[in-house]
This record gives sequence, structure tokens and C-alpha cells, in this order.
Amino acid sequence: MYSCFKDKIGEVLLPGDEFSFETDETISLTDTVKAEKVVCGPGLRRNGDQVLVCKSGVLRHKQPNMFWIDSQQRRYVPAKGESVIGIVTAKSGDVFKVDVGGSEQATLSYLAFEGATKRNRPNVQVGDLVFCQFIIANKDMEPELVCIDSAGRANGMGVFGAGGFLFRVSLGLVRRLLAPRSDIISDLEKLLPCELVVGMNGRVWVKAGSVQQTLVVANLLESCENMTAPQRQALFRRVAQGAL
Amino acid sequence: MASDSVKLSKNLLRMKFMQRGLDAETRKQLEEEEKRIISDEHWYLDLPELKAKENLIIEERSFVPCEDLKYGRMSFKGFNPEVEKLMVLMNGKDEAEEAEEEDLSTMQTDVTDEEMARRYESLVGSMKRKFAKKRERSAMDEEEEEDVNCNFAETNSKRAFLKPQD
Repeated sequence: MYSCFKDKIGEVLLPGDEFSFETDETISLTDTVKAEKVVCGPGLRRNGDQVLVCKSGVLRHKQPNMFWIDSQQRRYVPAKGESVIGIVTAKSGDVFKVDVGGSEQATLSYLAFEGATKRNRPNVQVGDLVFCQFIIANKDMEPELVCIDSAGRANGMGVFGAGGFLFRVSLGLVRRLLAPRSDIISDLEKLLPCELVVGMNGRVWVKAGSVQQTLVVANLLESCENMTAPQRQALFRRVAQGAL
Repeated sequence: MASDSVKLSKNLLRMKFMQRGLDAETRKQLEEEEKRIISDEHWYLDLPELKAKENLIIEERSFVPCEDLKYGRMSFKGFNPEVEKLMVLMNGKDEAEEAEEEDLSTMQTDVTDEEMARRYESLVGSMKRKFAKKRERSAMDEEEEEDVNCNFAETNSKRAFLKPQD
């Protein structure tokens, strides 16, 4: 069914390109015909029986049947289940308003923290950083965040960020940082003891032993955006030798 | 005309207290009519039947399942041990399995089998004491002094009245 995708893998596609599945529906009698499902990730959207491209980028594929567009952008669009770094901007009644970098502020209920009850409110102030994930995120509704998983545990989510440094990078760099066996991370973890919080919305928070070290790590990560692997390794080596 | 006027109305016949005197035929007739009224009043949409087609295209708005992205908190070189524990917990199975193997090896060195056995040995004794009666307890104390291993055969004979011999 998705042979039309197969020959486009790795090619650059533009918004408006379309795939339709009607061309290759020649059912052979020998094969067992079974319906194959296609999962289209970010950058692809379904329109009836066809799939439209809605972001420009490279078509990627993951076994068995997942396709998405690998694109560069800085504007975050909330997606359900993604963990992000938010900044609390207001307290209103029983919800906090949280800025996540999307088109709209997200709400975060004060009950959506580990161990929170109606009596026992979490200690969250305006301006605090929260690491949280979306449970509602679609284009028609206000996004909603929680700081607990389905079992009610925090698992590292919640208020954080004393003595660290927050900065913004592109969404592409965030994905490179979070990728399994990421080469940036493997270079960084040899360098110096530090702690990182990476939100899918492009915010990265860094903390290291001292303010200087924190800034070094932050600058390194920011400069990773436009560097080749050899350039980056050379820079990391210079930092490790104490050149900066 | 006279016979018509004698006839009772249907609504009256349908009432509970009238049902006793009715014969089977009229009862059946009434029931049928009632059914017809109900089915007539049932309304339905005059639409072509919707065919539930299986949707072969699933949309996914997030990169996380596509690229197998990891958990967003990390710590290196033991900067924040709590987060490093979380990293093992939240990230993939391969890393977790490695950690588990390490756990197993440490577990063996933690408490040796001998130590465990020694501990349970004393536990058996104290649990036994807990469930024993007061009289038995005092007896146990005496026996314990005699028997070190505590695995004597239970002498459960109740103290019975012994007839004085002449």
C-alpha cells in the first residue's frame, strides 16, 4: 500500500505534495491480502484517502510503517504526550497558566502534581520552571499539561531549575539531543559533570558545578546547532583541555 | 348499535384490573395493537447506511514515537544521582537490562546465604514463641537451654490428670 512512499524516502518534499494510494491496488490472488496501516507523523496529514505534505523537509521512514517529515523549525506546536519546559506566568484559581512557546498558553491544574490534594497545594510561584507533559494538545482546544504520569508519580516532572540556566535552541537540535545514542550527548558526558533538562519545545536548561561551567555547557550546546561532527569534537577537545 | 354501546373501550380494557376478566383472544388482540402503536411511533433517520471503513492512515503529531526520542532529563558524571536513576528508569530497555545485571551481581554480595539462614533461624524461634501459650512458653524456655538447634520433636501431650497410685 505504501510503495508510493517508499520511493520518496530521503527526498525533499514541499507542502502540497500528495500521495494517493489508489494506483497500486492490484490485488494478486496468490498473496494473502491484508490491510496495511500507515502511520504518518509530523509534517504529513491525512485528507480522505490521500496523504498531504504540510511541512517542507526530508521524508523519513521507520520500520514497519511509520513516515514523517524531518523539518527544521523554531516554532513549537504542542503535541500530546510530549514533555516540555514551561514557565509559569499566572496563577488563576485552580490552574496555573504556563508558557510553553506555543501559540497559546497551556493550563496546568494544581492537582496534577505528585502528592497534591485539594488541601495540599503544590508550592509553585509565578516565574518557576516546570517540566511537564501534554495530555490535551490539539488545534481546537487549549493545551493542558500535567506533572504526573498515568500512575500518579512525578518521574522527574514538576518544578525544577534552581541555579541553572535556560536557553532556547531550534526544535531540530532538541531532537538531536534526545535521539538515542546522540553523538552530542556522548561528547558532552565525557566533558564535565552537569545536568540537562531538554524540553521538546526547544528549551534547554543546564546546570553544572559553577556558573562558569554552566555557561560553557550552554554555549557549547548552542553552537552545536551549526557545526559538523569534526568541528564539534575539536571544540569539545579544546574545552576539555581548559582552553575556554 | 346496542351491542356497540355495551362494548367497553380499549383504554378501559387495557387497565390492570380489567385484565383478569378478559378472555385470551381479546387479550392477544390488545397486545398486538399495543405493539403496533409502539413500532409506529419509533422514528428512524432516512439515510443511506454508513459503511464503517477501516482507516488505514493513522496520524501522529509527535516526533517522540517516530524517532524514539529519550527522556528529557539527564545528568552526567554523577552530578545529580536522582536524575541518573530516572534516566535508567525512563530510557530504553537495553540500558535498563544492563543495569539489572549489575544489580544482580551486587545483590549477591549484599546478604550471603549463611547470614540469611542465621537470621531465619532466630526468626523461627521468636515466631513460635509468639503463637505459643503461656504455659508452653515457659516449657520452651527450659527446652531451649537443653536443645540448641530447636528442632526437637514436639511433645504435645497435654498434661492429663494422673491417677494416684495406691
